[in-house]
Amino acid sequence: MATSYRRIARDGLWDNNVVFAQMLALCPLLAVTGTATNGLGLGLASIAVMVASALMISMLRGIITPQVRIPVFILIIATLVTLVDLFMNAWLYDLHKVLGLFIPLIVTNCAILGRAESFFSRNPVLPSLMDGLMMGLGFLLVLVVLGAVREILGSGTLFSDAALLLGESFRFLEMTLIPEYRGFLLMILPPGGFIALGFILAAKRVIDRRIAEGTIWADSPQKEGAR
Amino acid sequence: MNSSPLIASPHAHDANTVAETMGWVLLALAPATLFGIYLFGWPALLLFLVTVAAAVVAEYLSLKIAGKPPGRFLADGSALLTGVLLALTLPPWAPWWVGVVGAVIAIVIAKQVFGGVGQNLFNPAMAARVALLISFPLEMTTFVEPQPLFSAAAPTLQQSLAITFGSGGAAIDAVTSATILDHTRTELGQGVALDEIAGYDPLALAWGGVPGSLGETSALLLLLGGLLLLWRRVITWYIPVALLGTITLLATLFHLIAPESYASAPYHLLSGAVMLVAFFIATDPVTSPLSVRGQLLFGAGCGAFIWILRTWSGYPEGAAFAILLMNAFTPLIDHYIRPRIYGRDRRGVPLNESVATREER
Repeated sequence: MATSYRRIARDGLWDNNVVFAQMLALCPLLAVTGTATNGLGLGLASIAVMVASALMISMLRGIITPQVRIPVFILIIATLVTLVDLFMNAWLYDLHKVLGLFIPLIVTNCAILGRAESFFSRNPVLPSLMDGLMMGLGFLLVLVVLGAVREILGSGTLFSDAALLLGESFRFLEMTLIPEYRGFLLMILPPGGFIALGFILAAKRVIDRRIAEGTIWADSPQKEGAR
Repeated sequence: MNSSPLIASPHAHDANTVAETMGWVLLALAPATLFGIYLFGWPALLLFLVTVAAAVVAEYLSLKIAGKPPGRFLADGSALLTGVLLALTLPPWAPWWVGVVGAVIAIVIAKQVFGGVGQNLFNPAMAARVALLISFPLEMTTFVEPQPLFSAAAPTLQQSLAITFGSGGAAIDAVTSATILDHTRTELGQGVALDEIAGYDPLALAWGGVPGSLGETSALLLLLGGLLLLWRRVITWYIPVALLGTITLLATLFHLIAPESYASAPYHLLSGAVMLVAFFIATDPVTSPLSVRGQLLFGAGCGAFIWILRTWSGYPEGAAFAILLMNAFTPLIDHYIRPRIYGRDRRGVPLNESVATREER
């Protein structure tokens, strides 16, 4: 099987995006994306777990027997998540207080187990690493976009508390877009997550259709056929 | 020879088109609407106009985006009605953006996203009201004492513009007041029996000269509109009677057992949104079940939820939540309680066949 890194990247970021196309990992997605910073935090943690588990599972894929593969995958993922959890608790304590509950829940993030089952366990190390990274980035993209939409509509700010996550040098990210905003609590609450995600999915469909019709990005390679 | 195409029977004829139905509902709402505007003065009129206009504009833009002919769909009046119903449930002196945000939520998120008129799962006006109540608790629970037009206390048009469109409404000293629902809830919580609560006057509640939402205060005028709809057969009696009956039953039962903790039936029937909801919102043909038994169940469920939410929940009024909850049950009710198909028994077996199998036995 010829490996197309371009294909893997495109799949992870857009065509087969964890959320946009596979509709996986919606629970942590809807739960933490009250602000863009929280989304970014969970996204980075997920990428770390995704890439590390891609590395370990693709290396061990020859010795994991099919009968025990699910428990082994879970064991590997759980170990990595515990490491990330302890790391964040030690060095990003304030962010950990906010995301606390959802970091351990990355273990049950069906997206990671799904990739382990369908890609990492069937491909060599390098393509797996690439796939883990791109799937993680795709997830991060959705988390940040959804978090930003909800944060702007819900509280009129963007990347509030970014300094907690990225350090003082990133304080310039923290913006108040709408001064004296009264807040639109619905968007911060879970229903707002569903509503915003619904509109973002609709926008993705529109963009996909426009691409297929060739009205935007007409010069990009589109010879691979409809998925 | 007439060359019109053959159409197979049964030929059902419905005298009401969507536009006519909406027209009758608007007409039936007119007394309560005009009374509310009279009672709360210019700010109420401004809020009403802004909300209705926003609903129509939102509908127009949604139809444009969806590529449907805006003229035809706007002409059915459903967006207008949604705007009116939403405006009637808002506090009369709420700022303009409450009405606009509510109208956009009702039309875009609760209606057009699901496919427009006839496709929505939840009643648009109630979905918007719940969204507003959760998002802006302060603005949505600030009620004023009635200050009728042309009375001394009524704000002038200029002051009214400041109330509705100004920032914060500091331009005028309004006498804000707890609604009877709010007040009673507090007092009952302290063990004061309903009859001893200051301000509880069933006659005033029925007539409507009390603090409350724009068009919900007058139970009698809403009842009048409801009777008009029943007479015109725009609605059937199943849902309103089941709804009001269930509230009466539950309230009376608990009031007899413990009068110091539970309010009596007239209080529940005459206060808040119950009358509006019973005749104008629960009877929405799109979001209520199809069969008679289903509608009775739906109405009873709405009534029970209203009473339960008012009595034990954190909010003084639960009518909007009750409607949304029962809207969510509607597909389930329609799945299990189906109308009998013409020529078949309840299980869907053709009638002559079921006779035949009976004879075989």
